[in-house]
Amino acid sequence: MPKLSYLKALNRALADELERDPAVFVLGEDIRAAASNVTAGLHARFGSDRVLDTPLSEQAFTNFATGAALVGMRPVIEFQIPSLLFLVFEQIANQAHKFSLMTGGQCKVPVTYVVPGSGSRTGWAGQHSDHPYSLFAHVGVKTVVPATPADAYGLLVTAIRDDDPVVFFAPSAALGVRDDLDFAALAPVPLGVGRVARAGDDVTVVALGHLVHDALAVADELAQRMSVEVFDPRTVYPLDVDGLIASVQKTGRLVVIDDSNRTSGFAAEVLAVVAEHCTLTAPPRRVTRPDGAVLPFALALDRAVQPGREQLLTTLLEMS
Amino acid sequence: MSTDLYRTVRLIRRFEERAIEFVRSGEIVGGIHPYVGQEGIAAGVCAALGPDDVITSTHRGHGHVLARGANPARLMAELMGRESGLNKGRGGSMHAADFSLGILGANAIVGAAGSIATGAAWALRQQGKDSVAATFFGDGAMNEGMLLEAFNLAALWQVPVVFVCENNGYATTMPVASAVAGSITGRARAFGIPAFTVDGQDPEKVLEATSTAVARARAGKGPTFLECTTYRFDAHHTFEHRTRLTYRSTEEITTGRSRCPVEIQGARLTAADRAAVDAEVESLLEAAAGIALGSAHPDPAAALSYLYAGEI
Repeated sequence: MPKLSYLKALNRALADELERDPAVFVLGEDIRAAASNVTAGLHARFGSDRVLDTPLSEQAFTNFATGAALVGMRPVIEFQIPSLLFLVFEQIANQAHKFSLMTGGQCKVPVTYVVPGSGSRTGWAGQHSDHPYSLFAHVGVKTVVPATPADAYGLLVTAIRDDDPVVFFAPSAALGVRDDLDFAALAPVPLGVGRVARAGDDVTVVALGHLVHDALAVADELAQRMSVEVFDPRTVYPLDVDGLIASVQKTGRLVVIDDSNRTSGFAAEVLAVVAEHCTLTAPPRRVTRPDGAVLPFALALDRAVQPGREQLLTTLLEMS
Repeated sequence: MSTDLYRTVRLIRRFEERAIEFVRSGEIVGGIHPYVGQEGIAAGVCAALGPDDVITSTHRGHGHVLARGANPARLMAELMGRESGLNKGRGGSMHAADFSLGILGANAIVGAAGSIATGAAWALRQQGKDSVAATFFGDGAMNEGMLLEAFNLAALWQVPVVFVCENNGYATTMPVASAVAGSITGRARAFGIPAFTVDGQDPEKVLEATSTAVARARAGKGPTFLECTTYRFDAHHTFEHRTRLTYRSTEEITTGRSRCPVEIQGARLTAADRAAVDAEVESLLEAAAGIALGSAHPDPAAALSYLYAGEI
């Protein structure tokens, strides 16, 4: 079977949706030249009106997309840098997200916000290395963080077809993941449905995005000592509560590895949900960025504040 | 047309006066930003629009919504948070919308709607329609970067949008002279957008200027900026009725109120015609108030209905 990279899966999903639905268009900075490669070839194929290169005006073009969505379009915005989501938090959380309720259901805002390269990009320092999916889950914006090329394709297609705003985080550390795939089998993946990436009996590790691959590697490494189940929620909000509970009820133990800052982060929510529904045989653990972390530049410092395989391994061994 | 414009300004004036009474009596919770004194702008702009055009409005938005043809009973019910309101009681004074009339919502974040209207107008053109968007904002919005970014996008892409700045002299309590360096129209011209200052107290002058701007937009020539000078006769928000802020002198308020759009337009009608319109408006608003007061309150169990397009 042919190989498909995560990055190419995003490109393929965009192309397929542009082809399928004339209401879809992509806008963002440097997308004509495809600086991030996500839109490679799309301008030549679909033209300037459907691959709309924008000036550096994130707040205006994010609202511009909302306005276009209000009259029937399905815009997809590419943000080159995850921290730009802080700049447009008002336009997503306070505008796009609120229109449906505030108008009594008179309108829909089907905008997809894609961040190809979220989290640390290795060496891009404090203002280019955030991973703010927990923030969007907190305000109730649909939020996905796919781990694999198939899920990247399937969730991007679903996000574009969804009638609400969806933020799509493509972790920088996952963009190079390549899988053998039957392209004909690529299909939409529903929001709010997780997957068991590896079945196990002794402990559930919940991981998102690139950390799913780290969790799988650690599970392999520990295979002789414990049976680790890796649960990938895929969608941060709405969370697959049933899938999470099913896994933890089976294993009785929980570790969450989460590329968010610790306080009020995604891992805290997973622990709370599990505490409300399950009886654990050991206290649950979190492997996260530290409280209030800002990623420092120097490589050793950058790595020191990101959750990784070593911390997960240590945490799992401590639990055994 | 004279009579129509008069009916609109009179309707807005009397609607606002009744709404202020309902704030005082407690039927409207949270207060309103009265449009009293600025009616000529909404009336003139909306009279220049066609059925397929769209508008966006502001926190001081009742006038825009009424001028665009929204049902006064449903707007009043919305201010009272009733199920029969335009937004089913989920939006209130600052978010009134009626998508069936192209009213894409009033927006409570100053300067936000300009870019939303620009996107809507661009998209409608992409869909092959000849729709134009008119977007209202105040002088205070001229200091919001997001709006200046929208001017740039609209000018770059020749978007059929009319930017309507209602310069009532104050951003809440901040005078324009203390807030805006350079000039308001100069900012639009910097983006290559034709910009004009119009007497916002005269509905016919606003209509004339907007008609030119709309024709230009429909002809594919892009955005126009209209600075409509006006004066807010009442409070920034009804909370001022209790706090008695002193940022405007009595003399200034008296002078400002001396040019009243309702009087300016009313003087163009015969006394008999004017009386007939006044009676018609009173009767309409009396019925509207009755309908609103008689409407059901929403069920608290449905507080988060419409949060998403479907079940999640």
